[in-house]
Amino acid sequence: MQREYDKYRKIARELRVSVLDMVYKARSGHLGGAFSIIEVLTALYFHEMRVNPKEPHDPERDRFVLSKGHTAPALYVTLAYAGFFPKERLFDSFRSVDSILQGHPDMKKTPGIDMTSGSLGIGLSNAAGMALSGKIRGKDYTVYCMVGDGELDEGQIWEAAATAVCQGLDNLIVFVDLNGLQNDDLTCNVKNLGDIPAKWRAFGWDVTEVDGHCFETLIPAIDLAKRHKGSPSVIICNTVKGKGVSFMENEVVWHGKTPNEAEYKAAREELLR
Amino acid sequence: MIRSFRDALRDSLMALVETNKDFVVLNADSARVLNLDIFKATYPDRIFCYGISEADMLSAAAGLSTTGIVPIVVGFSMFVTEKPFEQIRQSICYPNLNVKIIATHAGLCVGQDGATHQTLEDLTVMRSLPNMKVFVAADAAQTTAAIQAMMAYKGPCYLRLGRDTAQDLYESQPEFRIGGSDLLRDGGDVTLAACGLMVDQSLQAAELLAAEGIQATVLNLYSVKPLDEQMLLAQAQKTGALVTVEDHTVLGGLGGAVAETLARYLPTPIEFVGTQDTFGESGTQDELFQKYGLTAIHIANAARRAVARKATRT
Repeated sequence: MQREYDKYRKIARELRVSVLDMVYKARSGHLGGAFSIIEVLTALYFHEMRVNPKEPHDPERDRFVLSKGHTAPALYVTLAYAGFFPKERLFDSFRSVDSILQGHPDMKKTPGIDMTSGSLGIGLSNAAGMALSGKIRGKDYTVYCMVGDGELDEGQIWEAAATAVCQGLDNLIVFVDLNGLQNDDLTCNVKNLGDIPAKWRAFGWDVTEVDGHCFETLIPAIDLAKRHKGSPSVIICNTVKGKGVSFMENEVVWHGKTPNEAEYKAAREELLR
Repeated sequence: MIRSFRDALRDSLMALVETNKDFVVLNADSARVLNLDIFKATYPDRIFCYGISEADMLSAAAGLSTTGIVPIVVGFSMFVTEKPFEQIRQSICYPNLNVKIIATHAGLCVGQDGATHQTLEDLTVMRSLPNMKVFVAADAAQTTAAIQAMMAYKGPCYLRLGRDTAQDLYESQPEFRIGGSDLLRDGGDVTLAACGLMVDQSLQAAELLAAEGIQATVLNLYSVKPLDEQMLLAQAQKTGALVTVEDHTVLGGLGGAVAETLARYLPTPIEFVGTQDTFGESGTQDELFQKYGLTAIHIANAARRAVARKATRT
């Protein structure tokens, strides 16, 4: 396994560099929250998920919903490296007119995107609908969903949290990107939600907490969640917003800021070090 | 005969099970009030209750539809159109997903529950969304026909129904075309373009007008979007004056749709019967139609004004 984890770490580093490149080239995009979910996306698309880039609409495939849609660059880079579309698209059209890579994920424009997202709070319900369909039709696919910790401010998240338990959606696995920051400030200063794992437990979820940047803990947690029966699972991922670039880490301003040339060079150098 | 919209909805869904294996019904704690208990008892695997969580329900409908299941979301108009408006926009209309929304309790016909439950803007907001198709049924037979047509079409649809009952306008199940309309009465002086419960009121208004020598065409514009522009323009050309009639605000609904078309292709005097930029209130359906100007007499008055404007045009 260690060799595999090393391989994933290498992929994750390449993905971060590409995210940085595409946001720098587009002069627009959200770096901080993209960097905090790179390991989860790597674990999903290069280890866990049953997907085939040649058949992105295969009805038997596992699904992924990026509810925190503003971190689309992380997903685009992952999909391109996984083979869903040519890597060149990442750097020649992101956020431009006529592009397959919109500012936020668009299932009708980008191969491999399972659900359109961008407005916070909605994706967990979308994912639960996909999981319910799996139950109705007796399919064995798993639906994964990534929500932000700031996004947990949205009431609809908790509507969906209750629904998924009532519907017994044990084919649904949610990741909370617990990086502690949102647009304006620390999440605890914007709207302090208190004990987040306890909240999910109270709704009846199977709850695990992991280091969201560590494959050694992340991948076994996903495997356990897949085996859990009777209720949906949530993996609370303790992460660092801006992970990998020291001057971006835990800095609120890097939620949606584009680096200037000097910052870009410094960040790239650090990621490749 | 007078028949119930909700019974027509229930019977349509029960019948649909025979021909469509892929649909499920979603509701937010409203199966009983929509008379769907029998559906729930007969097909418990086909109906899902989301609790009072409409935003979650509409978003889940979108997720379900990505897998090929066709969700039919049922409920009171206010709570399945305007409350989850953003979810409908982002998750259903933007990705053009195959979700059907069927709403009862639309308009002043809601009656005594009052303004909070009287959706007077649903046609306006639903027709403003790209990809959304918008229909209004005028009686039980048309409700059945509309549901069949919606299910045969792939893409988001909204069907607006009244709360309670409607006088039968169609003896048998009518043809229902997306983008269609029905010419129910032919006259050369003025066109009454109506939808929903206002079709019956317009037919009564046409009788009143005929008694004084004004011959009215009555058009059931059941497809608010897309609108039957060809039929509308033909009747506008023929009569030279129109009245739009809806149990809904005059801002941007059926009247707005008709005005947009005529302004573009054939400017014609139009009078707008509907609520005039106001909320409703509690009262019986008949009291409210009287107070807010939605009776045959009000429609006939509007028709006379439209005809008079035609005479003074230069």
